[in-house]
Amino acid sequence: MTTKIKSFDDLKSIQERLKAGRDPKNPCITICVGTGCLAYGTQKLVDNFREELAKRNLADKIGFRTTGCHGFCERGPMVIIAPEKVFYQRVGLSDAGEIIDKTLLKGEIVDRLLYVDPATGEKVVHEDDVPFYKKQTRLVFGLNSKVDPESMEDYLAIGGYSALGKALTGMKPEAIIQEVIKANLRGRGGGGFPAGWKWDSTRKANGDPKYIICNADEGDPGAYMDRSLLEGNPHLVLEGMIIGAFAIGSSEGYIYARNEYPLAIKNITLAIKQAREAGLLGENILGTGFSFDVKINRGGGAFVCGESSALFASLEGRAGEPRAKYIHATDKGLYDKPTNLNNVETWANVPFIIERGADWYTSIGTEGSKGTKIFSLVGKINNTGLVEVPMGTTLREIVFDIGGGIPGGKKFKAIQTGGPSGGCIPEKYLDMGVDFDELTKIGSMMGSGGMIVMDEDNCMVDVAKYFTNFLVNESCGKCVPCREGVRRMRDILLDITEGKGREGDGELLEKMASAIIDGSLCALGNSAPNPVLSTIRYFRDEYRAHIEEKRCPSGVCKALITYSVDAEKCTGCMVCSKVCPTGAASGEDKKVHTIDPEKCTKCGACRESCKFDSIIVR
Amino acid sequence: MINLTIDNKKIEAEAGQVILEVARENGIVIPTLCSNEALEPSGACRMCVVEVKHGKRTRVVTSCLYPVAEGLIVDTKSARVMEVRRLVLQLLLARCPESVQLKEMAEEMGINPEQRFTPDTDNSKCILCRMCVRTCEKVVGVSAIGFSYRGSEKSVGTPFKKDSVTCIGCGACAYVCPSGHIEMETTESGDARKIWGRTFKMKACKVCGRYFAPEDQLTYISEKTGVPAEDLAVCISCR
Repeated sequence: MTTKIKSFDDLKSIQERLKAGRDPKNPCITICVGTGCLAYGTQKLVDNFREELAKRNLADKIGFRTTGCHGFCERGPMVIIAPEKVFYQRVGLSDAGEIIDKTLLKGEIVDRLLYVDPATGEKVVHEDDVPFYKKQTRLVFGLNSKVDPESMEDYLAIGGYSALGKALTGMKPEAIIQEVIKANLRGRGGGGFPAGWKWDSTRKANGDPKYIICNADEGDPGAYMDRSLLEGNPHLVLEGMIIGAFAIGSSEGYIYARNEYPLAIKNITLAIKQAREAGLLGENILGTGFSFDVKINRGGGAFVCGESSALFASLEGRAGEPRAKYIHATDKGLYDKPTNLNNVETWANVPFIIERGADWYTSIGTEGSKGTKIFSLVGKINNTGLVEVPMGTTLREIVFDIGGGIPGGKKFKAIQTGGPSGGCIPEKYLDMGVDFDELTKIGSMMGSGGMIVMDEDNCMVDVAKYFTNFLVNESCGKCVPCREGVRRMRDILLDITEGKGREGDGELLEKMASAIIDGSLCALGNSAPNPVLSTIRYFRDEYRAHIEEKRCPSGVCKALITYSVDAEKCTGCMVCSKVCPTGAASGEDKKVHTIDPEKCTKCGACRESCKFDSIIVR
Repeated sequence: MINLTIDNKKIEAEAGQVILEVARENGIVIPTLCSNEALEPSGACRMCVVEVKHGKRTRVVTSCLYPVAEGLIVDTKSARVMEVRRLVLQLLLARCPESVQLKEMAEEMGINPEQRFTPDTDNSKCILCRMCVRTCEKVVGVSAIGFSYRGSEKSVGTPFKKDSVTCIGCGACAYVCPSGHIEMETTESGDARKIWGRTFKMKACKVCGRYFAPEDQLTYISEKTGVPAEDLAVCISCR
């Protein structure tokens, strides 16, 4: 797209023309090529489809679209066939020919590629009937499957940049801000601060220039909502930013993205170039006289740079260290100028609010948290992936109805929300509606939307140790409580898991935690004790078993467990003796085997390989 | 003027002042480890935390950075404050068990080392107060030293631990270092000093003959200020 869009009317006519060329009734193959699916080798499937279509001279007759992440990462590679929206999952990399011949040419279904609902055992043909999707409200994320992220035309064809046109030509900046305030859009990056108020403060602040920033430094382990939005629908994020810039009175914007997100950076870079060429970025946007441009800055891999003041420092070319925020960024942020920072998902919500209005937006969600939230559902869960639900959806619905529950019939133990510095929520809160306030009440937080599911095999002390260790490695080291305190907490947790826990360790950890929360400089330190506090709060018995009885009830902490063979169950099949790397498991054919504790390294290979469940871990 | 209360004492302050400054002016002692009048506050050590109440909200803030505000109620010795200070000192004592400065401060405040923390054994006396780095950058203006690594691995030094070409051997970093971590050696005659691995030739005073400053430093000052090098060849006592 190289022609400049000169006005809102011009935009509308281009949208109409593009829409007309994309009849949804026409056959079209859609393949997810998000990072997750690419890791399955999906690029080969894409090439295979192109080849097979060309061979059959169908390249012009059948639509073919590669898109960003659809969310159901567990089941990739995924292919959707329009217009019926036939849903194929775990597609083989050489299945293209068969799909074209059967489904597209004859209207037949390739049975083996259908999703089987584990609850009913029935095969599901259409995408919309897959339980994983059915119970979601895919407002923001749903657009991913409708656009090729490299095609600005695709985005325009679904009405993209209409909200920008409406804002720039029909709304005053103050009115836009009021709409966002009324919608009660709260920051999706973690804090949940009302975006509209932030915009208002930045607009009213003295200083020039004013900056707006898109925080795409998503660093929580297992979380990839923002990556998938930037990868899959970069123009949506960009549109939100341009609207925000106009409302705030900013002419310069930055996207601060992790360098570990190459595809996201590639796609947003292309989107910026396209938007500039189309006159949607740069001078005199849509002929309105408003000018704004965006630059991309790649982060160097520090978790703390997701914290706004550390992000500013990094953008300015200094080490990513936070500073006290007693003077708000809206007054003195980047280069000490008024700065408005929102995260990717927050920006992506803006066009919806402008296009459909705050009244519509506030009809979704809870009293204090409006709209939807994208969560990254990982860990011990059947349907690993990204899910988008209205605020207030219960954890049970997310984990069991959408996530499909725990693999292997294991029992749910806890769900960690809010990233490494969030909290572990036990089973008794499964029916709680998830929103900013409810999660905080029970000692966790929304964070950016990471959800890690844990089952009965997870040791909660070990989990706390893992997250605390992550934060030890990611502390910037500026302030004493975070730099020194969190590592001392980790050392105590290490002792506990190694059977060297001492009486009073739990109390000492709690005492340290409150001083670290009070005393740390930034949100990383302020929330670093959360994993320890929440696991002590809800799983005190496990701490007690480790400290007092030198026992790990879940059989995880190696120093506290021994492997032995249940003589009743062992059939003498010899499998354990074959997989044991140290020769600790041994025995004769058809006779009960034994494990030599001297040689055993507790790697767990025997337990995994035993078909008779005869390995006892205590 | 701004009216606030610190430790139940009604105090007047000027807009733009921070709590620490105002408290000190009024004889209220707040301990610090990274504060120096010549430097902008950094908020790293967290010893100067105080509890503030503004409106309904109560929170623990660093007094070196928190600006005074009308009606602010400050408690410099609340239970929460003392818990933070206790932990900070105990953590630093475990990091630098040899530090005399920390030991004295702990004794003064009646804080004992936390036995559960195994003292570090690398003999570093650096408490990462950052005063050296800030002085080198903001006061001297050469940025010869900085930080490498992050978290508890963080350390002060020259870039890549190589001899710094920008260092002028002024020794300001060693001078501000509160824990004696930064070492500066001078030869017996005083004709050379060694710091950060580099040896600097000292200039002898044209009048009294005493070695008084590194030659590199005098060159730097001359370049910076435009004062001819010739005029800087006399020590302060003889000037």
